[in-house]
Amino acid sequence: MTTQQVEGVSAQVGAGPESKSGEAGFITTKLNALLDWGRKNSLWPMPFGTACCAIEMMATLSSRYDLARFGAEVIRFSPRQSDLMIVSGRISIKMMPVLIEIYNQMPEPKWCISMGACASSGGVFDTYTLIQGVDQFIPVDVYIPGCPPRPESLIDAVMLIQQKIARNQRQTKLYDRTRHPLDFEPVALVSNAAEAPATLTGSRHSLPPKDVRTVAEKDEA
Amino acid sequence: MGIDFKALQETVKQRFGEQVLAWSEFRGQYGLHVKSGRIVEVLRFLRDDPATKFVMLTDVTCVDGLKLPETMEQGFPERFAVVYHLYSLEHNDRLRVKAFVPEDPCEIDSAAGLWAAANWGEREVFDLFGINFRGHPDLRRILMPANYEGHPLRKDYPLKGRGERDNFPKYTEIPEA
Repeated sequence: MTTQQVEGVSAQVGAGPESKSGEAGFITTKLNALLDWGRKNSLWPMPFGTACCAIEMMATLSSRYDLARFGAEVIRFSPRQSDLMIVSGRISIKMMPVLIEIYNQMPEPKWCISMGACASSGGVFDTYTLIQGVDQFIPVDVYIPGCPPRPESLIDAVMLIQQKIARNQRQTKLYDRTRHPLDFEPVALVSNAAEAPATLTGSRHSLPPKDVRTVAEKDEA
Repeated sequence: MGIDFKALQETVKQRFGEQVLAWSEFRGQYGLHVKSGRIVEVLRFLRDDPATKFVMLTDVTCVDGLKLPETMEQGFPERFAVVYHLYSLEHNDRLRVKAFVPEDPCEIDSAAGLWAAANWGEREVFDLFGINFRGHPDLRRILMPANYEGHPLRKDYPLKGRGERDNFPKYTEIPEA
């Protein structure tokens, strides 16, 4: 009988079934860690595709990018069987009640990806009919920037979700758009500009003056 | 082939007289501007007259002429213009009919009795511009949610809405028993 480290979990492994010795092997772990390990490697996504982001999502699922490599290829069109909501596309005020209904129907525990600019912030559609970020109404775990994002970005997001599940983390808070930093009074920004770190005032006006010396002058210096 | 629009202008003028406001012509495309009072008669004549035979209604739409520049105000006697796009299969020609509708009362007769295609088009105009079509068989909203208030394509409707996009129930986790 040997002892070895498997994925950071202390495990005692028997001879293993490959030896076909007939001995019983065993692993010791925590029940929650085992559940999280199972969940993270067999995500069942619920696709909420309403626009061009959904095309990229389909590309991610099909053979070229092959989301099956990450155990998340079992797309469920029933929310009752899924644990990962992928909001891919713009959500209108007529669609938002549907999204909330479907999200409520998903069993716990569940995670959510907000894919693309429109789902995350409304994108370019700052109009009466479009939700300015679904994270105001349902908790979002991972955001994907892009318009639409490349399949690699979606794969990255699924891997981030897997990491969160492995750490047993979930987003429970909603985003309050009325408290957005850009909504603050511009006067306050200007008055604090001198004290603020350079990264906060980083605009092209705060760049150092342009170096106008010739190559020869630089060489001399 | 083709419709003799010069002759049509004379015929329409004789039949409908002061109902006709103007004719427009741009690169061979003709437009007929009329008052809204006898619009159904005008459309029925254009559909049934052997010289025109506009049997197909391709679109019903609307223009809000609120706060037009002074140079354009002349062609806009009322606030709204309901626009009918007609097509004649027999003559392979098109005609654009504009009927001007005042802000109050914001009403015009429905053309749903002439073309079935007008049904949904007029519902869309009602939904987005708030124009009431008298005699329409089923005047409900078609694009916006049924409980929506206001008509968003009117020019005096705020672009970012009146808070409709912020009024949704927020997800709350069901507390564990």
